[in-house]
Amino acid sequence: MSEPLLSVENLKTQFFTEDGTVRAVDGISFDVYEGEIVGLVGESGAGKSVATSSLLRLVDSPGEIVGGEITFKGETIFGLEEGAGGEPQPRDDMLSEEEMRKRIRGREIAIIFQDPMESLNPVFTVGGQLREFIEINRDLSEEAAKEEAIDMLREVGIPAPESRYDEYPHQFSGGMRQRVLIAMALACQPDLIIADEPTTALDVTVEGQILEMVRDLQEKYDTSFIWVTHDMSVVAEICDRVNVMYLGEIIEHAEVDDLFYETKHPYTQALLDSMPRPDRTVHELDPIKGVMPEAIDPPSGCRFHSRCPDAREVCREVHPEPRDLSDEGEETHSAACVKYDAFEVGYEESRPIETEATGGFSAGLTETEDGE
Amino acid sequence: MATGTEPQTGASPTKDDESGAGEVEARVGLRYTLRQVKRDTTARIGIYTVGFVTLVAVLASLDYYVFDYGIAEAIWYSPVQDPEQVRRLLPPVGMENQYGQGTLEHPMGTDHRGRDILGRLFYGTRIAITVGFMATVIGLVGGTLIGAVSGYYGGWIDDVLQRVTETIYAIPFLVLVIAFMTAFGRDLSFAMIGVGITSVPVFNRLIRSRVVSVREEDYIEAARAAGVKDRNIILRHVIPNSFAPVLVQATLQIGVSILIVAGLSFLGFGAQPPTPSWGQMLSASRNYMLPAPTFSLFPGIAILITVIGFNILGDGLQDALDPRINN
Repeated sequence: MSEPLLSVENLKTQFFTEDGTVRAVDGISFDVYEGEIVGLVGESGAGKSVATSSLLRLVDSPGEIVGGEITFKGETIFGLEEGAGGEPQPRDDMLSEEEMRKRIRGREIAIIFQDPMESLNPVFTVGGQLREFIEINRDLSEEAAKEEAIDMLREVGIPAPESRYDEYPHQFSGGMRQRVLIAMALACQPDLIIADEPTTALDVTVEGQILEMVRDLQEKYDTSFIWVTHDMSVVAEICDRVNVMYLGEIIEHAEVDDLFYETKHPYTQALLDSMPRPDRTVHELDPIKGVMPEAIDPPSGCRFHSRCPDAREVCREVHPEPRDLSDEGEETHSAACVKYDAFEVGYEESRPIETEATGGFSAGLTETEDGE
Repeated sequence: MATGTEPQTGASPTKDDESGAGEVEARVGLRYTLRQVKRDTTARIGIYTVGFVTLVAVLASLDYYVFDYGIAEAIWYSPVQDPEQVRRLLPPVGMENQYGQGTLEHPMGTDHRGRDILGRLFYGTRIAITVGFMATVIGLVGGTLIGAVSGYYGGWIDDVLQRVTETIYAIPFLVLVIAFMTAFGRDLSFAMIGVGITSVPVFNRLIRSRVVSVREEDYIEAARAAGVKDRNIILRHVIPNSFAPVLVQATLQIGVSILIVAGLSFLGFGAQPPTPSWGQMLSASRNYMLPAPTFSLFPGIAILITVIGFNILGDGLQDALDPRINN
């Protein structure tokens, strides 16, 4: 593969609240190449949505991108450099807010939001909104934009688009609205579409249709996708490569088949064990014990150690960065877990500790009574 | 892992989406609102009252600009043109007081200079309606913009704008308008601007409280992600979705503005004599309260009916625009 379309390097987004700094996204790195669908998976609160809004620099106060670098088609969406007083300051080649708004948002990178019920303005007609959007981002005249809007509605499978053009969002069902939003995202033929859990609010049959449609359209327009979801089955259905997030970090990255069949990280394994799979028969599903800790004060060492069935002493002390664990050295599969030899921190010699997952009583408490 | 892995191939991907839309009655738009208003008897009375007063104002303006008082003077003679015939403080037709017998020529009697009261009420409508509308529009536009910007951006912009409007709010409005008019001029246009400014905080607060919740809606976020300018987001997405309570308040505010300007005229600010305005008629009539009580009665009734009309209409609109009230 050549240059990535979008490259994210050590991105950090934090929220400065009264209770302290919430490290919602804490140093994630990933690439998106042309024409592929990259998954971003994790539980609620893992930082998936914050990560995606960071990509468009749409993080609201009190949130702020505090570090890292985002490069899109050779242009710097976000980058810092050392300023005069040693303080980090935005780099000169970083796109201005105006350039972001005019060139990037909507035109080059579009977002499909989670809730189709809420993402359309209720006081304007569906067609009017789609047309306005096309007008803004493609510099077409009103008539041309209207024609294009109707074409797009037809493209996403809305029947009788000419008459539905003049209807209001409340006259559309959930699946139809999601189709409209997808039409809106595709309308400007962006190079990258960020889909933020676009099928979560839909029932499974509609979800299936939407996924199928997205795959067809993706082939047709050759658009890249970042597909944010917490649903592993959607990942299996649609993604080429997957990044698994836990508490603001990417803890495993793999091609979709490797992720399912050669799972490396215990968290990914736990995620997979907690849902039914057509290729495996189990009598009882195995949920992940406990809840995700607060990102305001993440556990020391490996952030998953408090819920990890394989946790040992060393997990509490060493914070692993993702390392390449693929067999042939092709760097297609990396994970951040010290139980693999590549980390060389003495996992084998370390004592197992009691965690929520190993049946310890101390929910949330990970200290064991040693060190006397 | 059944979710989405096996979409019903063969079936058209839109089949199950088609139901449920189509015939649903649109619950937005002017036509729907008007229909809702018309269903309500009180609101209907409000509409008719306001419509009547507005019609009178339009006719009076026509007469003033096109016919130069022609129509009205053809019916009632003018004391300016026939000074000998002046009869002051006549009672309405069919009544009698110390100045004489009421005649059909002056159905509501005459004032202290012998001018026809009905005629002056007729022309006074223009001022009442104009002032009511203009002052409200000034307050509405100013308040809506300030409130929307303030609510949308939040932070220090919000703080500054809110403190400034609260300062305006803290000063008794009559004092403020009088001070304003003393500084800039005593005529009617400054009365409108002054009253408009005092109503800015009302609209500002109302819309700000809505905007604060509307700005968190996904479609606002979606618009931002689509690269829409903040200005357009505020004008096209935020304000239209926050506007219903403002519209109701505006209708009520017209009545309030009419009252305030009448009060100002009473105090000598606003329309200057001999321009016929209701407040000024009231002011003139207070010296003749005992010998000719009807002189003060009719302008008072005119103000009362107009203000009540707008209030009733406002209530009706509120019911019509509130989706929770289902009739």
